[in-house]
Amino acid sequence: MKHTNEEELFAYREGEMKGRETIAAHLRECGQCRAELERMEEVFQALNALPVPDPGEEYGTRVWRQIANRLPERRVDWWAGFFMPRRLLALGAAAALLILVFYLGRKTGAKAGGEEIVDASRVRERVLLVAVGEHLGKSEMILMELSNAQPAEAGKSLINISTAQKRAEDLVEENRLYRQTALNGGDNAMASTLDELQRVLMDVANSPAEVTPAQFESIQKRIAAQGILLKVRVVRQELRTQETGSKPAPAQNDSTAKARNKA
Amino acid sequence: MAEALTGNHAGGISDAAAVERTLAGEREAYRVLVERHSAYVYRVAYRMTGNSHDAEEVVQEAFLRAYQKLRQFAGNANFGTWVYRIAANYAIDRLRRKKNEESRREVSTRKPESDTEADPLSQIRDQAPNPERLAGSAQLATKMQQALQALTPAERTAIVMRHWDGCGIDEIAEVLKSNNSATKNTVFRAVQKLRQALKPFAESRGAARAVAES
Repeated sequence: MKHTNEEELFAYREGEMKGRETIAAHLRECGQCRAELERMEEVFQALNALPVPDPGEEYGTRVWRQIANRLPERRVDWWAGFFMPRRLLALGAAAALLILVFYLGRKTGAKAGGEEIVDASRVRERVLLVAVGEHLGKSEMILMELSNAQPAEAGKSLINISTAQKRAEDLVEENRLYRQTALNGGDNAMASTLDELQRVLMDVANSPAEVTPAQFESIQKRIAAQGILLKVRVVRQELRTQETGSKPAPAQNDSTAKARNKA
Repeated sequence: MAEALTGNHAGGISDAAAVERTLAGEREAYRVLVERHSAYVYRVAYRMTGNSHDAEEVVQEAFLRAYQKLRQFAGNANFGTWVYRIAANYAIDRLRRKKNEESRREVSTRKPESDTEADPLSQIRDQAPNPERLAGSAQLATKMQQALQALTPAERTAIVMRHWDGCGIDEIAEVLKSNNSATKNTVFRAVQKLRQALKPFAESRGAARAVAES
């Protein structure tokens, strides 16, 4: 009978699924291997029983006193409160755009007359299409940069992805807002693509600033596995087509451009 | 609204609100986070460093670094987990630095040794008295501490994060700046070394029982 080795026993204890059934069956039969597993377990139990000194109830206050004077001054300009944290800047821009779109719709829509209402709705649609198109363009750029990078050839032990990470962080909030708007507007296909994009952006945003080539490849694999780059491209193309189809009359065209610049 | 998003808010503002206020320039808001999470970070730091002095240094440095990097903190994450990782990262750097300094000192004061002889764990094993003499539970706890100290910084970090804090292999790999398969091996190596070092106890009596009785 072939006994289980230490590594297999440890993997079994760790809940590893590979070969689990075979090891379990062997353990049921073999007292020697069961005893070995028990001995391994005793070491973990001894680790559990190791005491850690209690730092005391006031420990947090003590730590604060020790570090308070060493905390660097945080310079906050009078206007900065409107834009902090940094990612709120992107979120604010997207939110402002959506409010503007709503306002435009109300203002023009309030006028009587079927044709003007149709134009107003086109203006809204166009502003949104342009904004979402730009958002998808920025997302596509990050995903392409990450997908096309070749970490193995760089010969580095760690790869710095902090720039892509920060850009992804900004886009996450913006994406969430557009996704919600798409859902509210009943555009489930768009919401679903933005939902998938959200997961990939979060993945990048929550990665460490420096990753190993293996971790980098795993990010690339996740991007490729979801086919998100292709989906984003297809949606962008569709948006461009719709955008051309929904171009409003010249008067509204001017206000749309202003609205976009403002947003 | 922020209070409902994340974090602990029993007896005060939530972690998320405290982060926002700190970022808006309210320094006292950071105090809430420090007071709330210090004890937990201390326990982790103690297990990694093995002594109170180093553990306290790690705690202070972790909160100082977290304050400086607060803008990078993703609002939807958990502040406790985030500061834990900063502490783990700092602790492993510190352990590595210490180990390098120690080896430099040893090289300058000792004759060259073979790899096996230089391994602190094998030294512990070589000096190990027999099980009968080491039956005392206090000695077992000491022995366990020595065995933990003798692990490499990566092994020690890996076993602390995996065993005590139940971290996933991905999470440990991030701190070790390694891949998942190498990280699994590091955890296993740590367990193997601990088992070797504690063999006399584990085989002569229930090791856990001995520590618990102390």
